[in-house]
Amino acid sequence: MPNQDKVAFVHPNAAAWANAKQNTQVVSGGEPIQRVLVANRGEIAVRILRTLKHLGLESVLAVSKADRNSLGARMADRSVCIGPARATDSYLQIGTLVQAALGTGAHAIHPGYGFLSERAEFAQACEDNQIIFIGPTAQQIHRVGDKLEARRIAQAAQVPVTPGGPVQGLDEALAMAERIGYPVLIKAVGGGGGRGLKRADTPQQLAGLFELAGAEALAAFGDGRVYIECFVRQGRHVEVQVLGDGTRVIHLGDRDCSVQRRYQKLIEEAPAPGLPDKLRADLRQAAVRFAESIAYRGAGTVEFLVDVIRGQFYFLEMNARIQVEHPVTELVTGIDLVEQQLNIAQGRRLAFTQDDIRIQGHAIECRINAEDPDRDFAPSPGRVLEAYFPAGQGVRVDTHIEAGATISPFYDSMMGKVMAVGANRDQARTRLLQALAQTRLTGITTNIALHQTVLETPEFVRGGVDTGFLGRYLAKEFDAGVQENP
Amino acid sequence: MSFSHADVENIIKLLDASHFDELLLEVDGVKLQLRRNGAGSAQMSGASQALGSASATPSVAQVGQPASAIGAAGAAVAPEAVQAESSHDTSLLEVRAPMLGTFYRCPKPGAEPFVSVGSRVDENTVVGIIEVMKLMNSTAAGVQGEIVEILVNDGDLVEYDQPLMRVRA
Repeated sequence: MPNQDKVAFVHPNAAAWANAKQNTQVVSGGEPIQRVLVANRGEIAVRILRTLKHLGLESVLAVSKADRNSLGARMADRSVCIGPARATDSYLQIGTLVQAALGTGAHAIHPGYGFLSERAEFAQACEDNQIIFIGPTAQQIHRVGDKLEARRIAQAAQVPVTPGGPVQGLDEALAMAERIGYPVLIKAVGGGGGRGLKRADTPQQLAGLFELAGAEALAAFGDGRVYIECFVRQGRHVEVQVLGDGTRVIHLGDRDCSVQRRYQKLIEEAPAPGLPDKLRADLRQAAVRFAESIAYRGAGTVEFLVDVIRGQFYFLEMNARIQVEHPVTELVTGIDLVEQQLNIAQGRRLAFTQDDIRIQGHAIECRINAEDPDRDFAPSPGRVLEAYFPAGQGVRVDTHIEAGATISPFYDSMMGKVMAVGANRDQARTRLLQALAQTRLTGITTNIALHQTVLETPEFVRGGVDTGFLGRYLAKEFDAGVQENP
Repeated sequence: MSFSHADVENIIKLLDASHFDELLLEVDGVKLQLRRNGAGSAQMSGASQALGSASATPSVAQVGQPASAIGAAGAAVAPEAVQAESSHDTSLLEVRAPMLGTFYRCPKPGAEPFVSVGSRVDENTVVGIIEVMKLMNSTAAGVQGEIVEILVNDGDLVEYDQPLMRVRA
């Protein structure tokens, strides 16, 4: 395989940010962080370690037995084994992770995404043990994690929410659905990311699903409360990246994550293509208002559903953590979000004002999963024989995969993200296609070929697809496949 | 001032549990020099081995591998010794940490350790405590036999699955 020219993408604003960093002041007497325990795995662990190294900070990576020989374990200054492969016995053990930080002299814990990143008890346990939790306060996590409370916060901040609300019992649910109109969604208060969600198109369906939804929610989230929302037939998933220092909140523009399969995002881009200027500005302002109203501290994302037909947007939820798709924002702003998280966690004020933020160009990300689109996306765990990732102008890859790495059946199947940035959307898309064509992963089945075909569909090329796009596309392809092989 | 046999035993235990290879103690004209096997001259290491085995139970002396009482550390171990060490290493069982935490050998500060080199253990014998967030978790040996080596120090952070002790079945 010929060696690629490694040309790093440097945002035109990067130098300005580096200067701005020097001028930030520490406001809440926090000790500067010297050593950070990373309580996560996979590509995000590697991503966080990279910024820690860049900043000259010491790193400790908490690893399960299955991840002892991972790329992250070798990148970190030290790794400690926290438990067996199963996440409930390792990456989800609050006490063990806090003890690991105490025992290795780490001053702070970065929770990454998933696992314990949005568990208020974890943030609280850190606070109780004088460890800096690199994220929002325990109280903020708790408030935005409760869907009904988040809706109340949104309403109080004049952020539009989907018509609907909490209901107790079937009679209330039926009355609510009658008022807002079918179809409706039954959502679990404790759910998120598409879990605990049911659609009812008629009163009969609602009656049939309602009790079940409550029972399932109780079993899955330990909270049986549900609420009803009107179902948006043609919606786009658009989210806004925010940064808050506890006093001031700014936004870093929007991202579109509408290419989803069963509520799992597959392709994300920044900025969201083709949004009317006013809608985009209103959406960004709404996200800032929401975060300001709770004096948000840290990096966060406010998610919205954009109703394409009505030209309106509704608050979905706030994610109080770094997100998988954060790099597309980094690529168009030149800002290292993990570095900002570290600055904020140390009590520093934001280094930028809103006017400093410039969105330049367009970035697209494909999540590379070890799964087989031809077998209903069944996970494809195993050993990676060859791993070659692309490089070049405007290309970025965040991954923990290398030749010989094992895709463990214990964790999610994401192998990394291949991204491209360009002066405009089409340049980014073309670069991404070239990057995907260079990517070589053997030994396991991946969804790379699917990404390549999706990026070339007329709908995606045009931009602004809705969340039903991928499902319709897959159904069509699947039917075609059946016809070809009678 | 003179050392009793028990004093010397205790000093050896301290060295044993530490990560040091050598101890030199001079009190009122009495000179006590202890070295792990392999460190220093053959004569001295021989002496320390003898002391090492004396500190443990007689059964350690019986097996004729005093080196194991103090551990295989030391760069100058003779090739024969390395061979002997590795050949019987394979027959040794390991007590591994069931969780990450701070390891304690004693039930409370200043108390006698749960087990020492030479102690006989069975599956349920408590060999130490692992503290996780102020919760004290008793750690059982999980294997049967005689402890021939203790690999961690009191108060060490131990990782999940880290070998704590070696046991001869």
